[in-house]
Amino acid sequence: MACTAESVAEAVRAVAAVVVEHREELIRLDREIGDGDHGENLARGFTALVSKLDEVPSSPGGVLRLAATTLISTVGGAAGPLYGTAFLRAATSVGDVATLDGAAVAAALRAALDGVVARGKASLGDKTMVDALTPAVAAAESVAAGGGGVAEVLTAAADAAEMGADSTVPMVARKGRASYLGERSSGHLDPGARSTALLLRTLAASAR
Amino acid sequence: MIGLVVVSHSRKLAEGVAELAGQMAPSVRIVPSGGDGTGGLGTDYVAVGEAIARADSGSGVVVLFDLGSAKMVADMAAEEAEGSVVVVDAPLVEGAVAAAVRAQGGAGLAEVAAAASGVAPTSVVDGDVVRAEVELTNSVGLHARPAALVARALDRLDASVHVRFGDESADAKSVLALMGLGAPGGARVEVVASGADAAEAVRRVEELAARRFDE
Repeated sequence: MACTAESVAEAVRAVAAVVVEHREELIRLDREIGDGDHGENLARGFTALVSKLDEVPSSPGGVLRLAATTLISTVGGAAGPLYGTAFLRAATSVGDVATLDGAAVAAALRAALDGVVARGKASLGDKTMVDALTPAVAAAESVAAGGGGVAEVLTAAADAAEMGADSTVPMVARKGRASYLGERSSGHLDPGARSTALLLRTLAASAR
Repeated sequence: MIGLVVVSHSRKLAEGVAELAGQMAPSVRIVPSGGDGTGGLGTDYVAVGEAIARADSGSGVVVLFDLGSAKMVADMAAEEAEGSVVVVDAPLVEGAVAAAVRAQGGAGLAEVAAAASGVAPTSVVDGDVVRAEVELTNSVGLHARPAALVARALDRLDASVHVRFGDESADAKSVLALMGLGAPGGARVEVVASGADAAEAVRRVEELAARRFDE
């Protein structure tokens, strides 16, 4: 199945539904080591995005750009600038092409990761979404290099992101609000890494 | 006159800091932007952008922030702003007061930003960046003496100036940084300046290069 603007829009709608479904879980995770607003913020942002998708932009890049501007202005917290930047860089990476292939999706994920790192200044091991996104990009690139399609690339990315998110549990946070907790942040799943894994899993499911 | 924006997760905190800093600087536009826009704690990207526009009288704006994501929101709003905006990592209360007093005294953007943090600004986003490609027509390139001439010529200017050579970029007001570029004679470098004196800064570097750095 070709990955068109409409299929990207459908994937984004699915992400919104999943984020709303997991709103309480993300709030709980964020209350443990942060300020507790992650689930609420993401649910609000993606709900706003869905209402804007009544009119779907003409290209996949256009959908990603709409997602970026909407998330930046509606999500708030750290997640707004970070997810906003991720979608914006992904949009720039895919350009104006009408359909995406596996290689384009992998390149977009790489661009998104670079954007998140530039914006948040986090490194691998800081207990942030970077710990989910970094292995996801590596897995996506590996599958894309082997000729994998969009669904295969996103499935590999989601698998790696879930493992990456799980790896944040023992980590001591060095970025974000959780870093104020120091050692006490260890033993908790990072909410940003969790939402990143959820998002990629939903995109993968939607591509099948 | 330089304006200030105080970004905080808390509306009350932003307003309080602006009130305190304003006491020492009655003519300075100090605009608080706090809260998530719906009465809760958080930062509002759109509101910060509007605050920057309100604070700017045409000379530039210094933005101070409280915690983590406020910096990201401030950075993004600064990148989208029309004029010259500097986001500084500074102690919020002391930084705002120091910056306000300096702005009241008529100081330029770089100076107000430095007053807030005591160190160089963390990020400069300028609506009026001036660039020029310059050929190093002398034989030794940006070696010690030419580098010193460049740094000295720029020292007093209200501008952030960088010299780029290949993938490297160096602060043009630092002799050591310029030498560290290793730009040899005959190389082409790019001069990138921002701030009130940006054009003058680039002009001075071009003039030195045209004189072959008095070699």
